[in-house]
Amino acid sequence: MGKTLAEKVWDEHVVRSVDGEPDLLFIDLHLIHEVTSPQAFDGLRLAGRPVRRPDLTLATEDHNVPTVDWDKPIADPVSRTQVETLRTNCEEFGVRLHPLGDVEQGIVHVVGPQLGLTQPGMTIVCGDSHTATHGAFGAIAFGIGTSEVEHVLATQTLPQARPRTMSVTVDGDLPEGVTAKDLILYLITQTGTGGGQGYIVEYRGDAIRALSMEGRMTVCNMSIEWGAKAGMIAPDETTFAYLEDRPEAPKGAEWDAALEHWRSLATDDDAVFDKEIAIDAADVTPWVTWGTNPGQGAPLGGTIPAPGDFDEEIDRVAAENALRYMALDAGTPLRDVHVDTVFVGSCTNGRLEDLRLAAEVIKGHKVADGTRMLVVPGSARVRLEAEAEGLDLVFKEAGAEWRGAGCSMCLGMNPDTLSPGERSASTSNRNFEGRQGKGGRTHLVSVPVAAATAVRGTLSSPADLRPVAAR
Amino acid sequence: MEKFTTHTGVGVPLRRSDVDTDQIIPAEYLKRVTRTGFEDGLFAAWRNDPSFVLNRPAYDAGTVLVAGPNFGTGSSREHAVWALQNYGFRVVISPRFGDIFRGNSGKAGLLTARVDDKVVLRLWEHLEAEPGATVTVDLEARTVRAGEGHDAIEDSFDIDDYTRWRLLEGLDDIGITLSHDDDIAAFESSRPSWKPATLHAG
Repeated sequence: MGKTLAEKVWDEHVVRSVDGEPDLLFIDLHLIHEVTSPQAFDGLRLAGRPVRRPDLTLATEDHNVPTVDWDKPIADPVSRTQVETLRTNCEEFGVRLHPLGDVEQGIVHVVGPQLGLTQPGMTIVCGDSHTATHGAFGAIAFGIGTSEVEHVLATQTLPQARPRTMSVTVDGDLPEGVTAKDLILYLITQTGTGGGQGYIVEYRGDAIRALSMEGRMTVCNMSIEWGAKAGMIAPDETTFAYLEDRPEAPKGAEWDAALEHWRSLATDDDAVFDKEIAIDAADVTPWVTWGTNPGQGAPLGGTIPAPGDFDEEIDRVAAENALRYMALDAGTPLRDVHVDTVFVGSCTNGRLEDLRLAAEVIKGHKVADGTRMLVVPGSARVRLEAEAEGLDLVFKEAGAEWRGAGCSMCLGMNPDTLSPGERSASTSNRNFEGRQGKGGRTHLVSVPVAAATAVRGTLSSPADLRPVAAR
Repeated sequence: MEKFTTHTGVGVPLRRSDVDTDQIIPAEYLKRVTRTGFEDGLFAAWRNDPSFVLNRPAYDAGTVLVAGPNFGTGSSREHAVWALQNYGFRVVISPRFGDIFRGNSGKAGLLTARVDDKVVLRLWEHLEAEPGATVTVDLEARTVRAGEGHDAIEDSFDIDDYTRWRLLEGLDDIGITLSHDDDIAAFESSRPSWKPATLHAG
């Protein structure tokens, strides 16, 4: 019997396999940031252990950093201490760090791919649940906790129970104006937040093949939001074209050897998945969440559901709680929902392609009165590339705020937060209660919906905007 | 890590599903660089509500949390585990846990006992009818018990064998792995040269 992509990559990384124990997996790349690493480094110090493979470790500052005045000392002393602790730890243990102000600083899941460090067939971990992003390259990539961060620092391995495999096949073409973000939000609405639990998911089919690398990263990024261990996409010509000539991609004969291996990573025709899901891409429309978990979503053209619409008691209660928290009434058209803040950014939708799309929609329009729009590039390099194309000017002319790189309002750990009761349309990945600030209310949306919403002040798609007069 | 065999403590009924790690501890509390002191951030948004279960005196010394399905979904923050432990919890019982949260719990010594939905419903009813009642969680026998007489609740829970063994023995994972150093070194010597590195000679 053949193997799935996930099984191939897994098997290539097994250091030790014994019945009754988890496999010991070798980790090709360990990404770290300031929030989930300090206690891990402390653990190493206490035990007198070194970092085993600093050459397979990369650190950057993202969760806690300001997106304004990033050239000045961080104002919040607790945040500053955390960032300084990362710097001290990286220096002491010999780990490469891209600090605030460095051109390669940014959200860890934007930085890895952009440098070409994220490659097919790798195992990649990070103390962050959106590590699944790197699966877009055909890597097994997953989030870990701080104890596991310490484990990887000390041993470059992790004991891991072998997950089951699932395929999600998306055939057909996504309708015009429908993005990778809509696709993954649609899928999570179908499966619920626990539907992928215990599985490494492989996204397959024509609609996946047609996505750019950036779109594929958006899909894999949100695998954790339906509970999956990891999400991955088999590498193909799109992947190789993205990687070639990146700073850390193999060169010359090494590139040829790597490429030959990468081409072998597709799921075999006779491989069997433990579970299979099929989606028709034509069914996907611009999708937005109305509730407080990413599975509580609906088409933008629809209405807020009523708790009674759900079959299961537990879903009815969850919907009641969500509608109360979100201050929404069942039956309200989603397009009537007023939004105070639009956030474009995050490891889900903070790459150059996302910023181009947002600029294309908003160009020639103004952000609505009573609404603010934050555009936060995923990395310092994305910011520079966007500025080289003049995208920053498009946003500023529209009245949006153009910021420095970081996680920003996705999790509201830095000063970029919602106020209690404030409502956002956000291109990020989580609409949990208080996620973007205590009492804040989040609607997850795609980039075009975010940009159109900023213009109209209510949840909208670009189709709702008046054409811009020719200039 | 402290050994875990059996624990009996006050059960806390948390009648909620999908309690994600942002609810367990919001991001604003994650800036500390220690493993302690996170109890003040536990369920921070709900602690302001006087009717919240942990604000009721009968439950405030709880050590066994009984929650709805999908407890600990979302972020990988191990601070969620530390916050529960710092508060005093030793066990969380739920029909389904977020994967990363469950893994983190096993590493940090917080027992996550997976039970049927029906067991959670019965525990909720029991703990609400008798505030301050205790729940016994026996890791050796893999059972949860509460109540007495013909209304007594006793059922088994799921936990993987390896995590159970480590918790029973109180073993440090890193120590176990480093005992296989030869295997790791052998693997390292066979890695292809084109695999990327973050540091470059010279």
